[in-house]
Amino acid sequence: MAKKTYSFYPGCSSQTKASSFNYLTSTKSMCNLLDIELKEVPDWNCCGASIGYAEGGELPRITLSARNIALSEQANPGMDMVATCAACWLSTRESKERMDHNTQMRNDANEALKEAGLVYQGTQNVRHMAEVLVEDLGFDELKKGVKNPLRDLKIAGYVGCQTNRPFGLAGESFENPVYLDNIIEAMGGEAVPYDQKVTCCGGALAFSEPEKSQKQIKDIIESAYDHGAEMIVTPCPLCQANVEIYQGEINKRYGTKFNIPVAYYSQLITVAYGGSAQDAGLDSQLIRATKLEEIAKK
Amino acid sequence: MSENYSNSFLREVEERVEEGHWVKMCMQCGVCAGSCPFGPHWAHPPQEIFMMIRAGKREEVLTSDSMWMCTSCYNCVVRCPRKLPITHIMHGLANYAHRLGIAPKGQPTEHFATLFWNNLAETGRVNELKLSLGIYFRDGFSQGIKNAMAMQSVGLGMLKAKRLNPFELFAPHGVKDKSGFHAMLKKAREIEDRRKPIA
Repeated sequence: MAKKTYSFYPGCSSQTKASSFNYLTSTKSMCNLLDIELKEVPDWNCCGASIGYAEGGELPRITLSARNIALSEQANPGMDMVATCAACWLSTRESKERMDHNTQMRNDANEALKEAGLVYQGTQNVRHMAEVLVEDLGFDELKKGVKNPLRDLKIAGYVGCQTNRPFGLAGESFENPVYLDNIIEAMGGEAVPYDQKVTCCGGALAFSEPEKSQKQIKDIIESAYDHGAEMIVTPCPLCQANVEIYQGEINKRYGTKFNIPVAYYSQLITVAYGGSAQDAGLDSQLIRATKLEEIAKK
Repeated sequence: MSENYSNSFLREVEERVEEGHWVKMCMQCGVCAGSCPFGPHWAHPPQEIFMMIRAGKREEVLTSDSMWMCTSCYNCVVRCPRKLPITHIMHGLANYAHRLGIAPKGQPTEHFATLFWNNLAETGRVNELKLSLGIYFRDGFSQGIKNAMAMQSVGLGMLKAKRLNPFELFAPHGVKDKSGFHAMLKKAREIEDRRKPIA
């Protein structure tokens, strides 16, 4: 496999000791194992996420992404810009579309960027890591490198919202995307069919409307259990956090006994490619993924 | 707004709300209402909000809690037969109501969204610890301690899992070029206020 290089935008939650630190750890391990080189965008800022609109408004929000793209274009020319966080990818790609399709928006963003000595040119594609795996490598290629297949591991692939809508992966259905199931199967695991694959976890409203969001999360976990899943796997840091950390709260509220691990696709791939539990960041799960840890190289 | 016999609220939305020019394209099918995860909690589903805008119900729309229930799941956007960017229109209406200062009093998502933006605007990156504390302590110190105690198992779990850093309070993550970052946001705000003035 030829070495591939990308301009990498990790995002706020994937910083040292932030809430999806294990996503960063496992992404780095996974990319090493897949011979992918990540060049971090220097001095990147927050994308504004999906909740920045109320105080931020339109142009300030788009300018946040314009700065990141401009920095990426300057430092890593000729590369695609790749995000691992669903909200980072969505905000950045959406901002790029607005600037590319609306000259006034682009000029306004560039007028603001000038204050930071930068210019947005729109020369890079903005992609999610899942696109790199599926489109640039492909399932057959991914399958070839598996050293440690995840045999007998039943996994609910939870795609959620923002890696699926409004853009999603090319050729995938919004109602039943299959790329995550295909990644699970390529790693030797069993992707269980269940009916809450693209249900919203509440997103940022898990903080402001906890009861309403926890109802969503309960539906997702219940369906995963009912269809025989032993763990849930997701491409989104907010999905991961929401579905993992509120299980105790939901148990209190609904009298359930949820205790299902929630991991990232990058953790699965790291383990299947022969990485250790530590390489995969599995020591940072709130609910330990015991079965995956047992499969991992000792 | 200049006086005009046509519906002035629709024009106001078209000119001053993000993606507001799409509102008149709604054909009232209701797919958005049926697709919304928080559907049971809205006072008015999107297609009703759009019709109310066309009917000139300015106050009812802008003081509604409806658009504050948007989780940004984009279900409505991908299902809308007319391809309206409904999520962004909802965000735009929420932002406009917020700027006018007429959002429902104590709206929790308005509070969180404001906290989030101010948090990231300070250093350029989100400080998750300060953000969580900001939510717990919104109703004063003693309620904050109670909230934090109620969530302490989550907090301690995150701390133990190395996914929450107590030192974020004193040495937060952030961009290096803070002056450039702040100047950029200030300029963007100036232009935004010029493009979308408050009525």
